Amino acid sequence: MQTSDVIIIGGGVVGSAIARELTRYRLKVTVLEKESDVCTQTSGRNTGMLHAGFLYKTGSLKARCCVEGNREFDQVARELDVPFKRTGKLIVGFTEEHRQRLLAMIERGRANGVPGMELIDRKRMDEIDPSAGGNFAIYCPTSGILDPFIYTIALAENAVKNGARYHLYTEVTGHDRLEDGRHVLHTGKGDFACRWVINSAGLHSAEISEMLGIPGYVIQPVKGEYFVLDKKAGAFAKIPVYPAPTERNTFDTHATPTVDGNVLVGPNSFNVTDGEDYSVRQVGMDGLQESGARMFKHMRREYYIRTFAGARPKRIDPATGEIQDFLIECRDDVPGVINLVGIESPGLTSALPIARRVVGLLREREELLPNPDFDPVRKGIVRFHEASREEQARLVAADPDYGEIVCRCETVTRAEIRQAIHNPLGVSTVNGIKVRTRASMGRCQGGYCETRITAMIREELGRAVTDVRLTNGDSAMFTGYVKGGEQA
Amino acid sequence: MMHEQAVIVGGGPAGLAAALRLREKGVKDILILEREHKPGGILRQCIHDGFGLMRFGESLSGPEYAQRFIDRVEEAGIRCITDCTVLDITHDKLVTAVSRNLGLLQIQADAVLLTMGCRERTRGALATPGTRPAGVYTAGVAQSYINLQNVMVGREIVILGSGDIGLIMARRLTLEGAHVKGVYEVQPYPSGLPRNIEQCLNDYHIPLHLSHTVVDIRGRERLTSVVVAQCDERFRPIPGTEEEIPCDTLILSVGLIPENELSLAAGVELDARTRGAFVDEHYQTGVPGIFAAGNVLHVHDLVDFVSLEAEALADSAAEYLLCGSLPECSLEVKAGSNVGHVIPQRFSATRSFTLSLRVRQPLKDVSIVVRQGEKEVLRKKMRKALPAEMIQLPIKAEKLIPGVELEVSAE
Repeated sequence: MQTSDVIIIGGGVVGSAIARELTRYRLKVTVLEKESDVCTQTSGRNTGMLHAGFLYKTGSLKARCCVEGNREFDQVARELDVPFKRTGKLIVGFTEEHRQRLLAMIERGRANGVPGMELIDRKRMDEIDPSAGGNFAIYCPTSGILDPFIYTIALAENAVKNGARYHLYTEVTGHDRLEDGRHVLHTGKGDFACRWVINSAGLHSAEISEMLGIPGYVIQPVKGEYFVLDKKAGAFAKIPVYPAPTERNTFDTHATPTVDGNVLVGPNSFNVTDGEDYSVRQVGMDGLQESGARMFKHMRREYYIRTFAGARPKRIDPATGEIQDFLIECRDDVPGVINLVGIESPGLTSALPIARRVVGLLREREELLPNPDFDPVRKGIVRFHEASREEQARLVAADPDYGEIVCRCETVTRAEIRQAIHNPLGVSTVNGIKVRTRASMGRCQGGYCETRITAMIREELGRAVTDVRLTNGDSAMFTGYVKGGEQA
Repeated sequence: MMHEQAVIVGGGPAGLAAALRLREKGVKDILILEREHKPGGILRQCIHDGFGLMRFGESLSGPEYAQRFIDRVEEAGIRCITDCTVLDITHDKLVTAVSRNLGLLQIQADAVLLTMGCRERTRGALATPGTRPAGVYTAGVAQSYINLQNVMVGREIVILGSGDIGLIMARRLTLEGAHVKGVYEVQPYPSGLPRNIEQCLNDYHIPLHLSHTVVDIRGRERLTSVVVAQCDERFRPIPGTEEEIPCDTLILSVGLIPENELSLAAGVELDARTRGAFVDEHYQTGVPGIFAAGNVLHVHDLVDFVSLEAEALADSAAEYLLCGSLPECSLEVKAGSNVGHVIPQRFSATRSFTLSLRVRQPLKDVSIVVRQGEKEVLRKKMRKALPAEMIQLPIKAEKLIPGVELEVSAE
């Protein structure tokens, strides 16, 4: 049985942030992740917004963590080499009712400590982004966009660099206590023992909470569908454009540029029972086309390159159905457990502030010794496409694989794919390569590069042809060879 | 920096044919840039036969057809850099490319020939609802896996779209022992060639369901089923006609898109109908000295036509290089009733040229009529005209009136 000081259940952005923050101390940290990678669920299925913090109730954990996370993100992005742009955001309105809601939102923003929000007219909007819809808007300068895949991966890689261990395809199925009070977690890959368990299981956080001895929480998965638009549409989108909030203080469909130059249109929002059903519906897409066009004037069919869906694990009051704040708790009646339930939006922005609060709870209960070898810096794969011509020439001279373009739409080279295949987390799926390099994220969606990427996975990792997987579980790409193909 | 008279972007059938003709016309400095390890383009994975019937009067496989051109290019001593991807082309014809052996290359060209071919339309562009499991492939990707890597993509197959590659793959997968359950086409007529319907579907008893589409894709890890439905005349699924078909593989053959990202970088204007460049009768784009032909210009049905078009391009490009300019083409060629698109879109009315077009829908006992104003330039009677088949018409200079636009219609 493997033994750790701390086991984190769930390697999403929050679990990985906790792992990374815990490796600042002399602790043996293990992350159990049931999927093939750290960003296949909620952490990778979102808008990639660095939220400012004006939407949440003043004094709530959501508001405090979000503002704190927003404030420090320039430094975080530098340390962890995460693509990030502080774009600002427009929240646009059409009617007098919208104006009143926007003014109330500015007030809440001020109370939450969000700097620089102001109401602007159409003329100012045109200066900022003429493709935004609406008659007036809030301009919030501190909002930003980041690559949610790379952020999650970067936290996880930095945690691994500092000593944490990740176990992928490792789903926690049961929990027991030893006589000395330590925990044993049962998984499909054997038992894991530890002194501390941290529940960071996202969509499954209520189930894991109950398994650990804290029943009664209810998670309502709220699903959202998105369109990804071509970079040709991205040329028009300078800044995220959100509509005025609804009466329930939530946002309808918005249009957000990504750090890579695409545009995301979505999400819509509806309750589901199965948070991991990521199918996209025709009715959902029809709705997005219509509502998206109100926010973004260039919402055209010819720009579609992909759709996707994600789910926010909202903690609700079982009696009223009302949405609750983030829950971060450590109970005396259930020792050795730090329980995180209902970490949804703004979880991406709040990941490190949440992690520090988790560390704080642990620290109240035992002395933590600093890890003298901790290095907060993580370097990502050097991207050919982002390099100047001179740097490109140097890259190819130093490593000829940088001279072989594998993904033509996103200009990703063999060197980048090779580095991604040998990633520190040991992820070996086609999707894992994609989110690390952007290969196959362009307009041909892998039409040119996918055959090359699967061949490289087989070569570099010595994989059997039937062992190449697209993403989670048994998502085998191939059924075998053609007739006589093994010999070829 | 290197200097070349002609840089040819892409060593597929169009690029190879253009290179040979340029050399025949006396152009000395010709450089082909090919991103693959070998020239030949998409023909390399087209191991079925039926290529070259028109040009060589015999039925060749794709690699055989390509090899005839590759051999001649080698004999002629035309340089071809393989494993070399073009990164950028400027309006002034400065070509930037990268290769693992040569590093970053900058080449100033007098003329650039765009012969990059086309890419496949994807599920994302269709926005087909459902999950995103493994087992959903475009036809060309499946063809590449099976024919170039010898790996099998699945066993129980549904094909969406009746494009030619999808039809070819229906037969190929069947020959490999897979069960092709059916081909579903949203239009009321097939988009592939009649001979492929006959030889790839009918000969193997694979059903073709017209006016049908896939409305849902199911399965979280590997594909488990698709839901198909009948469509009305506006391609909308008819409620109540849904049928779930268990399968592990969905092959998409839903159209080809000319690959014009580099053309756009060079400032070449594209035609929304062909999704290729606007060209004149010399296959010159809106940017002087930049030419386009083959599938990068408009998607062809037969490679034989690609070769011919590239040769016509090369005739003009050679004239441009050796004489310094080409006659101005300021007159428009318009697609009239029942005509989807025409190539070229501009002409001079001083020279003969070939008009290529496709009809919008299948037509019987039809005349393709070319007019300048009231005057009939050409009339071609056809017993049937199909959108799947490109129609070509020779336009004779002596029949043209100076200064009057052309319109082509199917009546």
